[in-house]
Amino acid sequence: MTTNHVNSQTRSSGLRRLLSDYGMAVVLILLCLLFSILTVSERHPTGVSAARSLFEETDLSSMAAREVLIVIQASTEDSVFGHAVYMRLLAAGCDVEKPMSGTPEEIRTWLEGLAAAGRQSDLIITSHACFPVVESIRSQMAGLSAIEVREPPSYRWPTFLLAENLKNVANQITVIAIIAIGMTMVIITAGIDLSVGSLIALSAVVVAWLVGQMGGNQATTGAMIVAVLGGTLLCGTIGAFSGLMVTRFSIPPFIATLAMMQVAAGLAYIVSQGRPIYQLPDNFIWLGRGVDPVLHVPNAVILMLVLYAVAHIVMTRTTFGRYVYAVGGNREAARLAGIRVNLVLFAVYAICGLLAGLGGVVMASQLKSGAPTYGLTYELYVIAAVVVGGTSLMGGEGRILGTLIGAFIIAVIQNGMNLTNVESYTQKVILGLVILAAVLVDRLKQTGFKAKIPKLNKDAQSERRTQVRLADKGEGNAT
Amino acid sequence: MLVEMRGVCKSFPGVRAVDGASFDLQAGELHALVGENGAGKSTLIKILTGVYEADKGEITLSGRPVSFRQPTDAQRAGIAAIYQEFTLVPALTVSANIFLGHEETSRGLLDHSRERALTGRLLGRLGVAIDPDARVAELSVAHQQLVEIARALARDARVLVMDEPTAALAPREVGHLFGVLRELAADGIGIIFISHRLDEVLSMAHRITVIRDGVTLTSRKVDEFSRNVLIEQMVGRPIEQEYPKEKVPAGDVRFEVRLLSGGSVEDVSFYARQGEILGIAGLMGAGRTELAQLIFGALRKTSGEVLVDGQRVKIDTPRDAIRSGICLLTEDRKAHGLMLKASARDNFALPSLKSWSRLTWIDRHLELNRFAGRVRDLGIRLSGPDQPVEELSGGNQQKLLVARWLETNSRIILFDEPTRGIDVGAKYEMYLLIGRLVTQGKVVIVISSELPELLGICDRILVMRKGQLSGEITNVPRATQAEIMAMAV
Repeated sequence: MTTNHVNSQTRSSGLRRLLSDYGMAVVLILLCLLFSILTVSERHPTGVSAARSLFEETDLSSMAAREVLIVIQASTEDSVFGHAVYMRLLAAGCDVEKPMSGTPEEIRTWLEGLAAAGRQSDLIITSHACFPVVESIRSQMAGLSAIEVREPPSYRWPTFLLAENLKNVANQITVIAIIAIGMTMVIITAGIDLSVGSLIALSAVVVAWLVGQMGGNQATTGAMIVAVLGGTLLCGTIGAFSGLMVTRFSIPPFIATLAMMQVAAGLAYIVSQGRPIYQLPDNFIWLGRGVDPVLHVPNAVILMLVLYAVAHIVMTRTTFGRYVYAVGGNREAARLAGIRVNLVLFAVYAICGLLAGLGGVVMASQLKSGAPTYGLTYELYVIAAVVVGGTSLMGGEGRILGTLIGAFIIAVIQNGMNLTNVESYTQKVILGLVILAAVLVDRLKQTGFKAKIPKLNKDAQSERRTQVRLADKGEGNAT
Repeated sequence: MLVEMRGVCKSFPGVRAVDGASFDLQAGELHALVGENGAGKSTLIKILTGVYEADKGEITLSGRPVSFRQPTDAQRAGIAAIYQEFTLVPALTVSANIFLGHEETSRGLLDHSRERALTGRLLGRLGVAIDPDARVAELSVAHQQLVEIARALARDARVLVMDEPTAALAPREVGHLFGVLRELAADGIGIIFISHRLDEVLSMAHRITVIRDGVTLTSRKVDEFSRNVLIEQMVGRPIEQEYPKEKVPAGDVRFEVRLLSGGSVEDVSFYARQGEILGIAGLMGAGRTELAQLIFGALRKTSGEVLVDGQRVKIDTPRDAIRSGICLLTEDRKAHGLMLKASARDNFALPSLKSWSRLTWIDRHLELNRFAGRVRDLGIRLSGPDQPVEELSGGNQQKLLVARWLETNSRIILFDEPTRGIDVGAKYEMYLLIGRLVTQGKVVIVISSELPELLGICDRILVMRKGQLSGEITNVPRATQAEIMAMAV
């Protein structure tokens, strides 16, 4: 085999792999397109952009000769708009007065005063919010009927693609996506962790409780960091305990983590005495609701992206990542290759617990409280994100970035259904079917799309399937 | 003529598995079908049993043309197939399995006593006393196989097709099975069997058909074949020597085991020299595999010690063994050797990742270089480093595992059944490779059930019986299979 040969082969099979690994990305893009088309609606700009779009379709020179009034409501957006328009008109040499702002009643009195005084204005510029008020006053008042009232032009744009909405989607998914990193690792080892939902609650409650012990509303940043570390590490310890049960005592992961799910849920109620804990300082929401100063991306989303980048590198470029795949691919073979299988499994469950704890912290920060009801059934969403992302429940296969895409697919579907007014019960049905479809695709990937399964008895079917694979591969290779 | 297949073709996407093959079977005949892996014998058989439909060609049964759409069509016509994977329901009883799908009933209810009586009669005909009420899961593999045959008889099969019927049987069971098959043949049933064991084919079959590249070559009486002719026909080129062997002078003792016990192995002591291939023979269950696992740390030893270069080494886990330069190529590659879905490169790299990683960071460039080097060196055929190993042939999978262990600088290489499930041509390459390892100064220990293989390639053979060493053969060129068997039983 020449080096050249290796390279060309790598490239073509690399492309094929990329498609099979990240084919879900295409699905995500299609979903985004679909919801963009479905949610196109009339948008009305506000503030400076409203002023800009107003002048884009107005000939300024024609206004120079006219007397212009600016009428707006008493709101921040309107006053920004009014000021921008005013400055622009002044610069163009218009005869313009400072913007009038006030309640509808005030505006009415004002305009009546103007009409009574016999002022001759040609044009009233007003904001979209204020337009109906001004228009109705104008049409009712004989003296003003000749005046033209103008508002900034509207445009059509998908609600789905609004920055605000996209931020919403990202916010909704952070908790699930962060935990799904750990869950991906666990599932690649052919395990499962059902305790993550309860760990969210436990972490949120413990952090809130610890902050409460260290000053409550008046807690310092240092105290909050200590509390966050405490909650996260506690969940990491519980994950490690699950790992111990799975490795040292060979308890099936499903059972071990089901038990820990109950334990953690119970502990969350005990710590909080069954009530939400609200006594948290205002800056506690920095992680969950704060945004970075440049792009205004929520801090939690940045955290999530950083964690994904790190996890991706760990899983693809480090020995630990390889060992995780190896243990899931064939546990006994990994052991016989000198891998400390139990150590790898233990670490993976501990990491999953840690990340579940971190997810709880993010949730507590988003909601500025800790309650034992947080994270209920989240384990199912997390597992769904992993599976939709293309990780095989049989172990040995899966991609961290696939999981991120899976999480986004779920979030986008939920968000899109909200925007298109799909009923919440119907939403559940659709989401269930989506998860089923993802698993079906996984199955087809395993058995091959070509393998038609005829109506045979069961024995012959499985016999035939292996045979088809043999015929496709083995017979082609053996020479 | 009971069965006649003429000009049969069958293609799969990208492969022409059977390309105009012909085959015939007479009543009362024990007919062996042989060929390398991928030669098309399984496909041909599956066309006959209705699993596949042929693209072209005709099949006649007792002179009448037939066409089977599905296995049940073939079954109804009297063709029964027994594959390596049995199709019995382990949780059901023997008689329930035999009558599964065509139960004996009286007045709409199952007639257990009649089923039981018929089962007893069928099994009696096969010369075994199996309790009809025993659950199949409790039976040995050999007995399960006989239950499968009984089921075929219960359905009035006239043609019995068996795929590798002896692969999982002990020698005594093999003897019994062929006794049964000969009797069934004497009753007028036609039997087709696929086998890789050429000795068995040559001694048991009445007639042999060789299939190569989807075409049937010869169908001749067994006494017209010699072993070498048969191999040449299968491989398609002359083979000068079935077991290549280079003369390497024996050197110092490099490896020693003292009073090793654990599992069923008891107080085994032996040594191995540099430059020699040490064979370990024994029946199934004699503890050969367990011995290898004990040395490798895959199985906990209760006592005993292992010495490498005269130094005692502590081995509790495979990890320890690998560090001491010992490696094990397991008997079952798929279950214990490979991550089938993972790439060839990942499988190769697993135990030596640390050697090209800094802290935990893998140097993938270096890894690819090492991989490409070994692949070239051992002549492993694959499409690229990212090809999943499940797509490789058995021989190439085995070579990949050898490459893996060479990379860890193993000096003591334990092979457990190195040629199981790989075909004649690949076996030959495997022997060459083992020979090369010895000339490079490795200590090679080969465990095998195939006595001709051990006699062909080893310099010294240890024989095991019931967990203990029962003998040693030092003058291998003069030794015979009978001599080894005498020590083994």
